Amino acid sequence: MNKMMIKMLVFTEVFFFLSLIMAYVYMVYYGDTRSAGEIKSLHISTTGFFTFILLSSSFTFYIAEKNYLKGNVKQLKIWLVITMILGAIFLFGQGNEYYHLIREQITLGASVFGTNFFTLTGFHGFHVFVGLVLLSILLTMSLLGDFNSNQSTVIQTVGIYWHFVDAVWIVVFTVVYVMPRFMDMKT
Amino acid sequence: MDEIMPSSFAGATPVRVLNRDQKLLQWISSVDHKQIGTMYLLLSILFLVIGGGEALLMRTQLAIPNNHFLSPEAYNQIFTMHGTTMVFLVAMPAIFGFGNYMVPLMIGANDMAFPRLNAFSFWMTLFGGGLLYFSFLAGGAPDAGWFNYAPLNEYNYSSRPGVDYFAIGLLIAGIGSVGGAINFIVTILYYRAKGMKLNQVPLFVWMIFVDSFLILAAFPCLNAALAMIEMDRQFHAHFFNSASGGSALLWQHLFWLFGHPEVYVAMLPSFGIFSEVFQTFSRKPIFSYAIIASSSVAIALLSFGVWVHHMFAVGLGNTVNGFFGAASMLIAIPTGIKVFSWMATMYGGSIRFSIPMMFAIAFLIQFTFGGLTGVLFAIVPIDWQLTDTYFVVAHFHYMFVGGAVFGLFAGLFYWFPKITGKMLDQKLGTWFFWLFTIGFNTTFLIQHVLGLIGMPRRVWTYPDLPGYGVMNFISTLGAFMMGTAALILIVAILKSLRSGVVAGKDPWDGVTLEWYCDPQPGRKNFDKIPLVRSRRPFWDLKHPENPDWKNARS
Repeated sequence: MNKMMIKMLVFTEVFFFLSLIMAYVYMVYYGDTRSAGEIKSLHISTTGFFTFILLSSSFTFYIAEKNYLKGNVKQLKIWLVITMILGAIFLFGQGNEYYHLIREQITLGASVFGTNFFTLTGFHGFHVFVGLVLLSILLTMSLLGDFNSNQSTVIQTVGIYWHFVDAVWIVVFTVVYVMPRFMDMKT
Repeated sequence: MDEIMPSSFAGATPVRVLNRDQKLLQWISSVDHKQIGTMYLLLSILFLVIGGGEALLMRTQLAIPNNHFLSPEAYNQIFTMHGTTMVFLVAMPAIFGFGNYMVPLMIGANDMAFPRLNAFSFWMTLFGGGLLYFSFLAGGAPDAGWFNYAPLNEYNYSSRPGVDYFAIGLLIAGIGSVGGAINFIVTILYYRAKGMKLNQVPLFVWMIFVDSFLILAAFPCLNAALAMIEMDRQFHAHFFNSASGGSALLWQHLFWLFGHPEVYVAMLPSFGIFSEVFQTFSRKPIFSYAIIASSSVAIALLSFGVWVHHMFAVGLGNTVNGFFGAASMLIAIPTGIKVFSWMATMYGGSIRFSIPMMFAIAFLIQFTFGGLTGVLFAIVPIDWQLTDTYFVVAHFHYMFVGGAVFGLFAGLFYWFPKITGKMLDQKLGTWFFWLFTIGFNTTFLIQHVLGLIGMPRRVWTYPDLPGYGVMNFISTLGAFMMGTAALILIVAILKSLRSGVVAGKDPWDGVTLEWYCDPQPGRKNFDKIPLVRSRRPFWDLKHPENPDWKNARS
């Protein structure tokens, strides 16, 4: 039941991110001619590293969930903490990237690229942050002993959300960082 | 007229009432689906009065040519707020109100799946609406129309904070709608009574189910667009600013990608209410349940492929226009099937002309008429000729009022005895029906002609051209008839609450489970629930000699 609820939430979020991604593709790929230059300010290798970190956090969460189902609460706590640290590192990487872009005068108001880049990645970052809040609630609950029996569906429910947030990032990373490298954009 | 049928179960269990000691606090802190549903309905009625008042202000301004009753600025704010209010703060809360109250009762559940999420959804809707209306005090209401087109919604063209309140208010109310929709889906999937299959739920429940998916797919598009416009207005972003590389057209795409499905979001629950009303008051099972149910899925899917018919005049090219014109015409097929199914339900039935049934029959005529003008708009050259005229205004009011709102009124008269335990006053109700129906048709039928001879919509006044003055005056007269009718309805509700006929448990001889539980259920709806074996479980109980599941064919 909880899992169905979160699946419906994911369903509706898909349309939200699709709208933002459509706007990005429409304007940055085919709209403003300055975008091709600005897109070169993005460091695909640095962000690629943080992407790897975020995707690993999906994997560590999977281990946490497996341990929970086996009744191994201690391992659950450890892997939850690791997942949270990985998520926090990703957010740190995003903040660092924003800092450098803004120093290069690429801001929300500066150009169409900035508008779309900061809105799309910002909303994703916000979802990661919400995920961290959810994970910290899970951690608190496990410390309070709420997960000593493995009857609850809460962990799988948060898991569906967390994997979804990672999946969104794969699409965003592809559209924002990877695809422009293979495209002949108007300059 | 109708008579109150004694139910074979009347008086079997004592009436339990909610604990009323805490008064207001009990309502504010409530997570009970019936109280939340009631609050949704009250919210809807409150905004119906406000939105209706705005409509009367507009019609007063338009009653005679060259009128100066309202300033152009005030007129823009009022028509914007009228549309926004009616769609987001009247139709949506009414749908969620009936859904909240009736879905758990009809499927034999004791509450919604997530009661706290339910309360959260309601309060988000209420505060979203409150924020929208706060704009009047904060320097001017939004004035760019309910569609809020770019670049009119940009800071350069609307520098007062109205559009900001529009964006944030609707964002908050929209989050409430999404939460409510998720709740409905999970409730219907997991909380059905024992034995009730998904293809045996009452059609109202089915329509709410499909509706919820529509909400989940449509609202995020609007929410994304609203977030973007706030980025533009507050942080000088460039989403909809064509001059700096953005795209004003993107707003139209995102808005109508939400906006057209939203039309069906408002429509489908009324289809559900009518399906209940037709079968109850024709004393026959609904004709072709499966086709009514599946055609609404078809409507839901098609509704995401027709949004460009709001944009034929934009100039997207003949290929695009032709595709979306054809797709729009396709919608007429599943809706037409529904109309025939309802007519076939009445055919050969023993019809009672109670007030819900009167609304249902008026709906059939008005909805068919509005549907025909809708097919006209799918023909691109006709759309070019008529777009932005009063013909459009007339068309969508026939759908929204003559279709959706008539359904909500039918639902109000049908379920009022369930919600309050009293019958809604028959005599005043009949007056209300006739005055409202005549007033509605007087207001909007003539607007088709006004549109055909070229009167543009969204204008605050008009010159004294031949015919304009008299036709507008007739339209205004009709609007005031509807206003009077609304007053009668409120009097009828108050009078019925105080001294109405006590309804008992099953006043309409219903066939679905909401009539099986107590007249006014307490916190817990059902102490025991029969095993559901057909689409009419209560009929089976009342007619053990001839239950549906014994002579089942489908």
